[in-house]
Amino acid sequence: MPIIGIFSNLYTAFLTFLGQVAMLAGETILSIFCGRIRPKLVIQQIAEIGFRSQLVVIVTGAFTGAVFTAQAYFQFATLNMETAVGPVVAISMFRELGPVLAGLMVAGRVGAAMSAEIGTMRVTQQIDALRALAVNPVDYLVVPRAMAMLISMPFLVVECVGCGILASYYVGVNVLNISGVYFLANTQKFADSSDIIMALVKGFFFAGVIVFISCREGLNAKDGAVGVGRATTSTVVNCSLAILIVNFFLTMALNVLFPAGQ
Amino acid sequence: MMSTPLIQVRDLVQKIGGQEILKGISLDIHKGETLVLLGKSGGGKSVFLRHLIGLMRPVSGSILFEGREVTTLKERELEPVRKKIGMLFQDGALFDSMNVFDNVAFPLREHGERDPAVIKRKVDESLAMVNMRGHDKKMPVNLSGGMRKRVALARAIISPPDVILYDEPTAGLDPIVSDSINKLISRLQAELRVTSIVVTHDMVSCNHIADRVALLNEGRIYFTGTTEDLRSSTDPIIRDFVDGRSGETIY
Repeated sequence: MPIIGIFSNLYTAFLTFLGQVAMLAGETILSIFCGRIRPKLVIQQIAEIGFRSQLVVIVTGAFTGAVFTAQAYFQFATLNMETAVGPVVAISMFRELGPVLAGLMVAGRVGAAMSAEIGTMRVTQQIDALRALAVNPVDYLVVPRAMAMLISMPFLVVECVGCGILASYYVGVNVLNISGVYFLANTQKFADSSDIIMALVKGFFFAGVIVFISCREGLNAKDGAVGVGRATTSTVVNCSLAILIVNFFLTMALNVLFPAGQ
Repeated sequence: MMSTPLIQVRDLVQKIGGQEILKGISLDIHKGETLVLLGKSGGGKSVFLRHLIGLMRPVSGSILFEGREVTTLKERELEPVRKKIGMLFQDGALFDSMNVFDNVAFPLREHGERDPAVIKRKVDESLAMVNMRGHDKKMPVNLSGGMRKRVALARAIISPPDVILYDEPTAGLDPIVSDSINKLISRLQAELRVTSIVVTHDMVSCNHIADRVALLNEGRIYFTGTTEDLRSSTDPIIRDFVDGRSGETIY
């Protein structure tokens, strides 16, 4: 049956993809623990990945917080629960929206660039040149990017969440006339350190998802410029899907460790 | 008595996309010689070269470098072997994010040299050897094809290797630049006393630089000998290659 063959091929391709990402992650983590780190490249990548991604995550977080506040207010106002808007937005931003939106934006901005850069090096034999010069491509290309991403991403998530909550406060108090005192008091009452930890843990995992999928796509690019384009597209698609899927499992697991509302 | 070959290739087989490109190559390469590997375009010459430095793994067969099997080594185990071999890629394969100086300095820095004065001196010497002094601030994108190959060669020889692999060093270059590259290969051979393996289909280049010639035909080594043996051969396949005859008829 041809349809069974198609599903079988898709299943094999999916498992191969997962295996390659896992092997790349394993090799990278081993290199980091063995000290095969180039500090100069790590700092360059932190500037590229972390510093230059700030604007996009700040704008995303701020406008998400603002629009979420407005929508929550329109619904809660009918029940005279306007002051619940603050904690609802804060907890949502910490636990879900902040990490996921920051992850998706960084996947689009940094993951695509990473994949295109490494993919171009691959199709122009620059990665072969690295190997011929006795330089391991994982040590030289993946380790600095992975370290920079793992360091930067939690900070980007915090910025995204922080700006979301600030925007929420501004819209809620100054535009929608919610009491500022109740807004802050309820936010402090319901949001706690477990929400912050959840955001940071998710940011850390999403960093791994983005960097290893992007580098895997770049390192496997072939067929010239078309192949690089294909690798870039599949990086954004695969990273976005992986973030959404991993987010679900992280939410379930972290909710056991840090139960909501307790 | 002849010394043990530096590189011994035995029954090397490689398939790409189901097609057998190399069908059992056996070849010895001796220390200090310049071996030119001739063959048609797409005949597997570059594929063969990539096996010597471990960039490709064969389906079967063996490659001994200084008596050590390299086809079974893992990526990290290959690094000591690769430090002894320099490779000039067909398009140079310069790192396009670095200028000429940083490209040439790259192997030194990666292998632990930290003193800027030493790095500068060695880069200058290496660039002078390939007649590229004064171009160290240029980016690869601003170099011509011949210049890119020269810079790539400077990068390959900065940590003097025992063996240099040249992948089509004169492909796509005009006759004058090709001649200068040929002379450069001969000069490096004389000055550094390296073993050189040159893959080409350029007979002019072959006549200039070869100590010994091997002809790759249909995935196998069809002929080995000197350039004189090659030129005087009456074998129809060798004659077609030497005289540049395709055997096709114009209607």
